[in-house]
Amino acid sequence: MSALRQIAFYGKGGIGKSTTSQNTLAALAEMGHRILIVGCDPKADSTRLILHAKAQDTILSLAAAAGSVEDLEIEDVMKVGYQDIRCVESGGPEPGVGCAGRGVITSINFLEENGAYEDIDYVSYDVLGDVVCGGFAMPIRENKAQEIYIVMSGEMMAMYAANNISKGILKYAMSGGVRLGGLICNERQTDKELELAENLAKKLGTQLIYFVPRDNIVQHAELRRMTVLEYAPESEQANHYRELARRIHNNAGNGVIPTPITMDELEDMLMEHGVIKTIDESQVGKSAAQLELA
Amino acid sequence: MSMSETQNVAEIKARNKELINEVLQVYPEKTAKRRAKHLNVHEAGKSDCGVKSNLKSIPGVMTIRGCAYAGSKGVVWGPIKDMIHISHGPVGCGQYSWAARRNYYIGTTGIDTFVTMQFTSDFQEKDIVFGGDKKLAKIIDEIQDLFPLNNGISIQSECPIGLIGDDIEAVSKVKSKEYEGKTIVPVRCEGFRGVSQSLGHHIANDAIRDWVFDKAQGKDAPAGFEATPYDVAIIGDYNIGGDAWSSRILLEEMGLRVIAQWSGDGTLAELEATPKAKLNVLHCYRSMNYISRHMEEKYGIPWCEYNFFGPSKIAESLRKIASYFDDKIKEGAERVIAKYQALVDDVIAKYRPRLEGKTVMLFVGGLRPRHVIGAYEDLGMEVVGTGYEFGHNDDYQRTAQHYVKDGTLIYDDVTGYEFEKFVEKVQPDLVGSGIKEKYVFQKMGVPFRQMHSWDYSGPYHGYDGFAIFARDMDMAINAPVWKMAETPWKAKPKPHLLAAE
Repeated sequence: MSALRQIAFYGKGGIGKSTTSQNTLAALAEMGHRILIVGCDPKADSTRLILHAKAQDTILSLAAAAGSVEDLEIEDVMKVGYQDIRCVESGGPEPGVGCAGRGVITSINFLEENGAYEDIDYVSYDVLGDVVCGGFAMPIRENKAQEIYIVMSGEMMAMYAANNISKGILKYAMSGGVRLGGLICNERQTDKELELAENLAKKLGTQLIYFVPRDNIVQHAELRRMTVLEYAPESEQANHYRELARRIHNNAGNGVIPTPITMDELEDMLMEHGVIKTIDESQVGKSAAQLELA
Repeated sequence: MSMSETQNVAEIKARNKELINEVLQVYPEKTAKRRAKHLNVHEAGKSDCGVKSNLKSIPGVMTIRGCAYAGSKGVVWGPIKDMIHISHGPVGCGQYSWAARRNYYIGTTGIDTFVTMQFTSDFQEKDIVFGGDKKLAKIIDEIQDLFPLNNGISIQSECPIGLIGDDIEAVSKVKSKEYEGKTIVPVRCEGFRGVSQSLGHHIANDAIRDWVFDKAQGKDAPAGFEATPYDVAIIGDYNIGGDAWSSRILLEEMGLRVIAQWSGDGTLAELEATPKAKLNVLHCYRSMNYISRHMEEKYGIPWCEYNFFGPSKIAESLRKIASYFDDKIKEGAERVIAKYQALVDDVIAKYRPRLEGKTVMLFVGGLRPRHVIGAYEDLGMEVVGTGYEFGHNDDYQRTAQHYVKDGTLIYDDVTGYEFEKFVEKVQPDLVGSGIKEKYVFQKMGVPFRQMHSWDYSGPYHGYDGFAIFARDMDMAINAPVWKMAETPWKAKPKPHLLAAE
């Protein structure tokens, strides 16, 4: 048995983290690896495609019902899905109350203390889009995930988020072992997307580990709450995820300490590629009507 | 022991300035620069003491301050005896502030009064993650079941409540409606707010304004309340050792009717009745000037600061209070002053010879860094250094204009190190501060009195209190124990105080 690999997927909300991670992990399972997915999103939908259902019994909802997290057993919270992938969802409060970040910390501590990581080759954390507080940084702290994969696209805000996440990794890379494994570009068909993604990866000191092309088959599979690997194993898209899985598997130990860039540098990069035009400072903050008058 | 007896003011000033420079030497440059603004030697005639105040304490020093929760729960709300005060959050804040500050109250604990009990929502992990609003609602239900004679409930927020954004106002409104308009007061006194307990006093004052006064608006005065022209409310007396009671006696003897005590031995009905007062008499300006100003603005009630420590200030204050009323009360004030003159003369005759010329250094909160100076002076003693834990500039103005002498050492939010060094160099005959300071100075061989709790003695307010104050100061300073303390390995047992290193 090889040493346990702990990885995490981060990225802007709605970028396709859960979809990309579940398809990739399904491919890794197909290769014979034993996998545990830890969903760290209060919405608890990180394991939907593996389990064919939204997990009902999250760690935190069961803990609240039982009184405290100490009253739970690991069997209560762990579900087994496609390719024997083990799944747990941290869960959390409904929007607008309590502290979801603290919930992530509670859940991960519970899993570790109760041996959830035994007889496993891979643990994968799927984290809420924005690292809004210390709780959501838990998977990259204290030597949990060794490699972070940032899911992004050619959209400016997705790249902005990728750069911000790199700043978080940099902070914890100094005190622990976390490294940036690479960028995964989930194609949005924006202008010069591959070129931009490669350039951003270079600036961050990492690699574009894979460019996942857009294919509607992913949607078809999702509607059936399945991964493409299960829904259409012979499809070209399934092969893309297999290739991404292979690269991640071979990427062990190749993570880097990222070199995040400033907002100005990011804008310069977009200008370099002609995505945005040179900013005319005299026009900043002016409405269309004001510009017409001028 | 005192050096000041043999020095003139100029020498004292020079010594104190040198002393300030000396303590600043040990700090890093930036800290020294910041602390320098809080230390000064008072110059007679100046409008304030020349120190900065109400600023953040510096990390790494030992400050004597508390937090906003302490200011609200421990000081303003805690003594309201017929209400139940929930320490909302994890168990520690409530546990360690159990019973609030030392204060006296009457009633049957657990039946109609609750001051020495502790109520907490005892937050667990799940309450942080999922929010504590439901638990709070349940606690209020349980309180209603178990303690049906409580007249109201306050919710004292601990830090996590502000962090996770619990809506305690909504819970309060719902439960108040459910229990037929019961007074339920949410107080946003999370400990991380502000630089000291001072902001907690302000927040607690505002909560009374918004959730007690505004609620009572439009209603008639409390049932059975009949106004008289001589109604006053005691504001800012926390009844430490019975202080409010010994103050109340004097006001009543001069012909006034005390309709409320804020908040020592106080009740919700008294808070509600206060807008009917003709005059608010304010002892602790720092913690309750806010609500006094509000009542002046909204209900047109004037307020008057007073000082019931020591006969000189008591007489001055009684006359000042009487000046707001007719001749009947003015005569009453004179009658009271005359009545107690014999007691005052006896106390001074007995203790002044034993205390004459003794020097005192103070460091306390609220009003005491200035208010007790007169009582010491009545006994022939001299306050040579003083400072406030959480005072603002208006406190230092009052101190400069009415209390301290030229050359007094002033130290705002003093650090542990500074206080020890000052005492070591100034060599006072008595230090008055809190429990955390007491043993440090006693080990240095300095007589000490706790000036927060009166060292479990009291009252110190009023004429009766002055007799006890004089006895206690004499007991501390002239105890034979100090003559017995010798350092065996030192050849010459010359009296000299040293800080414990």
